[in-house]
Amino acid sequence: MTRELLKGNLAIAETAIRVGLDAYFGYPITPQTELLEWMSRRMVEEERVFLQAESELAAINMVYGAACTGARVMTSSSGPGISLMMEGISYIAATEVPFVLVDVMRAGPGLGNIDAAQSDYNQIIHGGGHGDYHQIVLAPSTIQESIDYTVLAFDLAEKYRMVTVVLIDGIIGQMMEPGILPEMKPARTKQPDWIPPKWAVRGKEGHDRHLLTSIHMSPTLEEGLNLRLLKQWREIRLKETRYKEYYLDDAEIVVVGFGTAGRVALSAVRTARSYGIKVGLFRPISLRPFPEEALEKLVDQTKAFLVVEMNTGQMYKDIKKIVSNQSRVEFYGRVGGVIPFPDEILSEIRRISSMSYQSENIDPIDAWIQRLEDIRKTEAVGR
Amino acid sequence: MDIPNTNLQVVYQRPDVLTKVVSHYCPGCTHGIAHRLIAEVLNELNIVNNTIGVASVGCSIFSYNYIDIDFTEAPHGRAPAMATGVKRMLPDKIVFTYQGDGDLASIGMGEIIHAAGRGENITVFFINNANYGMTGGQMAPTSVPGQKTTSSPFGRDVKTAGYPIQVSELLSHLEGTSYIVRRSLHDSANIRKAKKAIRTAIEVQMRCLGFSMVELLSTCPTNWGVNPCEAQDWLVENLIPVYPIGDYKVIPEVAEIRVKG
Repeated sequence: MTRELLKGNLAIAETAIRVGLDAYFGYPITPQTELLEWMSRRMVEEERVFLQAESELAAINMVYGAACTGARVMTSSSGPGISLMMEGISYIAATEVPFVLVDVMRAGPGLGNIDAAQSDYNQIIHGGGHGDYHQIVLAPSTIQESIDYTVLAFDLAEKYRMVTVVLIDGIIGQMMEPGILPEMKPARTKQPDWIPPKWAVRGKEGHDRHLLTSIHMSPTLEEGLNLRLLKQWREIRLKETRYKEYYLDDAEIVVVGFGTAGRVALSAVRTARSYGIKVGLFRPISLRPFPEEALEKLVDQTKAFLVVEMNTGQMYKDIKKIVSNQSRVEFYGRVGGVIPFPDEILSEIRRISSMSYQSENIDPIDAWIQRLEDIRKTEAVGR
Repeated sequence: MDIPNTNLQVVYQRPDVLTKVVSHYCPGCTHGIAHRLIAEVLNELNIVNNTIGVASVGCSIFSYNYIDIDFTEAPHGRAPAMATGVKRMLPDKIVFTYQGDGDLASIGMGEIIHAAGRGENITVFFINNANYGMTGGQMAPTSVPGQKTTSSPFGRDVKTAGYPIQVSELLSHLEGTSYIVRRSLHDSANIRKAKKAIRTAIEVQMRCLGFSMVELLSTCPTNWGVNPCEAQDWLVENLIPVYPIGDYKVIPEVAEIRVKG
């Protein structure tokens, strides 16, 4: 177990290989391409299955086919590619076969650009595919967390037969940091303790035939499936929430941020603490299921929440629902591939710590737009 | 009357992998024949237990109800990609897709071309009846010029809707393909030839010789607006001139395969 300097995309790829990935199917897109490139070399070296598909549409359907055989399967992409994969993700969710998706977010909509953003939160958290389905989403903010939650993602995907997403952004994908990789294991289906799942499609030798399909023409059957998926999800909601808390014991201001935004916010919180401001950070790691209860517990002690994201307030809306009516919720974000500096978040914390809310009736998003436009005027073009 | 059974032998029977249910196909549709031929070949080659079917979207979406083997069901057009995933994980198993012309030649054109280009060791059964049957007979890329459908009520106008796509000819130009043939299901002689091609295609895969596809011209009396007997004539008059029956790609290793007809 040695600490190595690792790039996020490679750390996730190598972790997946070491926990027994049987097959990887993918398509190049920045900022996740190193993940595919790493797989193209290492999966072949380990005599596993690697295939560069002709599109994300094909890649996700190759994943679908391979997952139906009970194998440990993964793909990765970024915004525009994830949009194309949404068709297959819905089918895979409906068929209840496990796989892990890595989404290395970039700025959008459209082609946007290749810089880091968190603009696909809604797409991943609230489902970009059609129909009533749920998926587990884990959002690490360091390289070590990227490793650890990739390991967990496979376990959860296979335990619940559910699509599980490791959600990072271009910063985490591209940056280097020390991390400890797990021990090398053979491909999952070649491990001595592996037995094919009872639903796997591998030829009907020795049993009645297995059928994996997402179509249920009878509305009552489809209703039954929808209910079963929901009941399972409600169980997951209770068991599988994950988050980290920093300096919250006496905090009156609680910053909420995930991934890179959570990481930048932590720097700001530490500086604010050195100025004596009672501020802490709540960093959700499982964005689905969201650690609602843990956040709700903070409501009584908290004067205001400050949600920090690299989008226009997508998680903010969810936080508002969780703590609504009881607490002030402020928002600060940078978008379009712009990364917020710790100083920007620090000045937000100072503003909130000195403000009186009784006199503040303006909508937090409108207020943020105004402040951001002022900040943009002072910043050099092409920051 | 007692028949001495010493001289009797079974020459024709239901293949046991074909399920004993009434199909949902329209009277005169040749999907049932195609299913039966595939079932016969699976039984004859004794590969029922190690074959995986990948169904597609269209009338044949429920093909898995009629052939009693392990099956998956792909999104519209994606069967060759899904079959690729299955086959790469289980290279020793036989994997086939069963796709119609709307599925394969329209929405799934990317997946079929690239599976063929990769020389993926799978078999594709391509049912071409020149329209979207399941959704009620709309124009397909395979609809012939002038063909009236529910979305080309004045007949397919090549000026605006373009020309039919001949998939077998197209794929035969790819180096990755090993066996590409077109057969028809409109009469007994052609059905026998279709069976032989289906068996050859599966044997191509069993010998790891690469990508094989059998295109089967099929009838769709309901959406063509003719009765089942007229549909056979309609196929001969309208489809065969645009989609000639024949062998489009047979690599030398495949030509050595001898299948009793």
